[in-house]
Amino acid sequence: MTISIDTQKTNNESLQPKGWLRYFSFSLDHKVIGIQYLVCGFLFYLIGGTLASAIRIELASPMSDFMPRDVYNQVLTLHGTIMIFLWIVPVVNGAFGNYLIPFYVGARDMAFPRLNAVAFWLIPPSGLMLVASYFVEGAAQAGWTAYPPLSITTPQSGQIIWILSVLLLGGSSIFGGINFIATIIKLRRPGLKLMQLPMYCWAMLGTSLLVVLSTPVLAGTLILLSFDIIAKTGFFNPVLGGNVVVYQHLFWFYSHPAVYIMVLPAFGLVSEILPVHARKPLFGYTTMVFSIMGIVVLGLVVWAHHMFTSGTPPWMRLFFTIATAFIAVPTGIKFFNWVATLWGGKISINSAMLFSCGFIINFVFGGITGVALAQVPFDIHVHDTYFVVAHFHYIVYGGTVFIIFSSIYHWFPKVTGKMLNEKLGILHFIITFIGFNLCFAPQHWLGLNGMPRRVAEYDPQFQLVNQISSLGALLMAISTIPFLINVFLSVRNGKDSGDNPWNALTPEWLTSSPPPVENWEGDAPLVEEPYGYGKQFSEQK
Amino acid sequence: MLNKNIYLILIISLVFAISFWIGFNVNLLPAEASINAPIYDELFKILFIIGLIIFIGMTIAVIFSLFKFRKRNDQVGDGIALEGNLSLEIVWTIIPSIIVLLIGLYSYNIYDRMGGMKELNHDHEMMSSNSEKIWAGISQTSDNQISNNLSIEVSAMQFAFLFNYPKGNFISGELHVPVDQKVSMKMESKDVIHAFWVPEFRIKQDIIPGQPTILNFTPTKVGKYPIICAELCGPYHGGMRASIIVEEESDYKDWFNKNKKTEVNL
Repeated sequence: MTISIDTQKTNNESLQPKGWLRYFSFSLDHKVIGIQYLVCGFLFYLIGGTLASAIRIELASPMSDFMPRDVYNQVLTLHGTIMIFLWIVPVVNGAFGNYLIPFYVGARDMAFPRLNAVAFWLIPPSGLMLVASYFVEGAAQAGWTAYPPLSITTPQSGQIIWILSVLLLGGSSIFGGINFIATIIKLRRPGLKLMQLPMYCWAMLGTSLLVVLSTPVLAGTLILLSFDIIAKTGFFNPVLGGNVVVYQHLFWFYSHPAVYIMVLPAFGLVSEILPVHARKPLFGYTTMVFSIMGIVVLGLVVWAHHMFTSGTPPWMRLFFTIATAFIAVPTGIKFFNWVATLWGGKISINSAMLFSCGFIINFVFGGITGVALAQVPFDIHVHDTYFVVAHFHYIVYGGTVFIIFSSIYHWFPKVTGKMLNEKLGILHFIITFIGFNLCFAPQHWLGLNGMPRRVAEYDPQFQLVNQISSLGALLMAISTIPFLINVFLSVRNGKDSGDNPWNALTPEWLTSSPPPVENWEGDAPLVEEPYGYGKQFSEQK
Repeated sequence: MLNKNIYLILIISLVFAISFWIGFNVNLLPAEASINAPIYDELFKILFIIGLIIFIGMTIAVIFSLFKFRKRNDQVGDGIALEGNLSLEIVWTIIPSIIVLLIGLYSYNIYDRMGGMKELNHDHEMMSSNSEKIWAGISQTSDNQISNNLSIEVSAMQFAFLFNYPKGNFISGELHVPVDQKVSMKMESKDVIHAFWVPEFRIKQDIIPGQPTILNFTPTKVGKYPIICAELCGPYHGGMRASIIVEEESDYKDWFNKNKKTEVNL
């Protein structure tokens, strides 16, 4: 099978543009597609970040005075949708998955290169469509959750474009998921066993299972919602006898696993980064694999914890409390294992390491508030408040986005053959870490004391804390400046990294940096111990 | 080796001491004004202390490892080739499982004391003939007050709450309730989903179009508290507020009689 793909690919290669132009082409090279995902995602991150800044400017004063109220709702809807569907999901899955998975399984490309390219090229048009909907009749303004009946009664064009855009992005995600499963299961180099794969493969296998199982449910739900809007059907419209709570069940059946679609790949990436910079094997490989699969299974049966204050009967609330809280166990195992990986290492304190440790600290905090939120009586008070906003930003920003930056510092030499500047990188980490915690930690207090989420105005007694939060957001915005300077300077004038600047043992470093088109000059190496640090050293002694 | 263990025990006790001190001395919650509130705050305190122990412990472990095991300039080579430790793994699987299970059982107990596991009913004479399905809510009961409670029908719409007092046959924009009496509310929305939230009472329930929900509570402290809509309901969502005024029985009666509509015979 690989042979036929190879010949097809070489035929295509001659038609593909070379140099930087290939990043704008329908390239079939998984490495090019990975970078396309990353850069495209980052551009949308800048848009989503601008929207976040607009929200924090509005909330710097108690009155609704910076933008009209309906525009504010559009901004928060677009911020959520862009950050989830156009930045985090495509980058932790699409970008790093495409770049790394074929190396890790010892393949020359993904299983379905054309499907791969299609999956990427669905993203820019749907993202642009989503942003452009603002200029039609106003963007969607029912929040990223699009709960009916609000989503049925707000201006239609924005909501329909939102649905169409999320459907396309969901399709892209499913294509990617199928591709990853096929690649990891079927394209492994002969002799490479499943339990020898780097942890990111397992994370992507689990994530892709979640994508393939739950994203179609979201697609179906949104199609029904669009029927309600366009054809005036009554699936979710109470005026026509529809049930609004059913929508919430269907929506969260996807959107809770979506949280794991956003964090499991980050768990995989940090499992690659920590052993390299701590010079120690990943602690507890087998339990790490089982805890990923445990999270996948539990992640599918906890969705109703988003609905403790909606129409859910008491027994259901209780079941979902226990199931949700139990996710803390496999998640906790992973965090203990990462700390144990650091323990007794020879740790290089560099930007990649600092962002990974920042991730551990932030995510533990977000995980603790998560276990609290899983308790029905606790959740009833803070549901739909800034406490929840703070909690999920600790998970997706303090967790996943920190790992995205950590991964960029770690794999930049692989992709470009140049090193990033460490001083700028550490500066970037310090400003991001302080800004992030300044922005989101105070929001827990706001939620506990009576500030609901998604509001453009609030009681004057919350002003000071909101201004502290906005100051944190300003720091977060500033923190991207040293990062961007660093990337642009280093791509042109960075220090040459050599092929393997970190002396890493995972397979992607066992070829030249940047790698050749088909990944290896000869056959792919068989890496049976991707985390075999310390062994060669003791053998040499 | 003995020395090391002593340091470890010292650090762990210090983490516990700090966490308990913060847990008991830092108040992050608003005033307690219903019988639910002190129960909630009890749960909050426990979760807060456990959370602090884990968070401070993990943070110290990460920062300590970064410092202690950092690579010195003269060092070459790798760390120890330690790939795992089965007994450690078992410990940190079982202990969190037990903690999580205990928290779950404890919060079940708290929820039960709040009335969350009670049969959903709206104690309302006029409703008793009506077998309408109640979907969800918190049905708090305290035994001695069942006969003596106040029934109110809440309707929510963009962007206001209306409170119907069936016994007085009038509708108010402010919710007046007597202190220390159980209030039983049946809520329904006229348009989109809203939510009824009183932070000082630690209660919240969505108000859903087409599906009535109920919310029962007993205020314990005289005062004026905000009622906040906590579900995105449109452009003026942030301004969708009302007030709940908890007053002495006599003041409440005065207010009620002033607003009561008497039947006029023509």
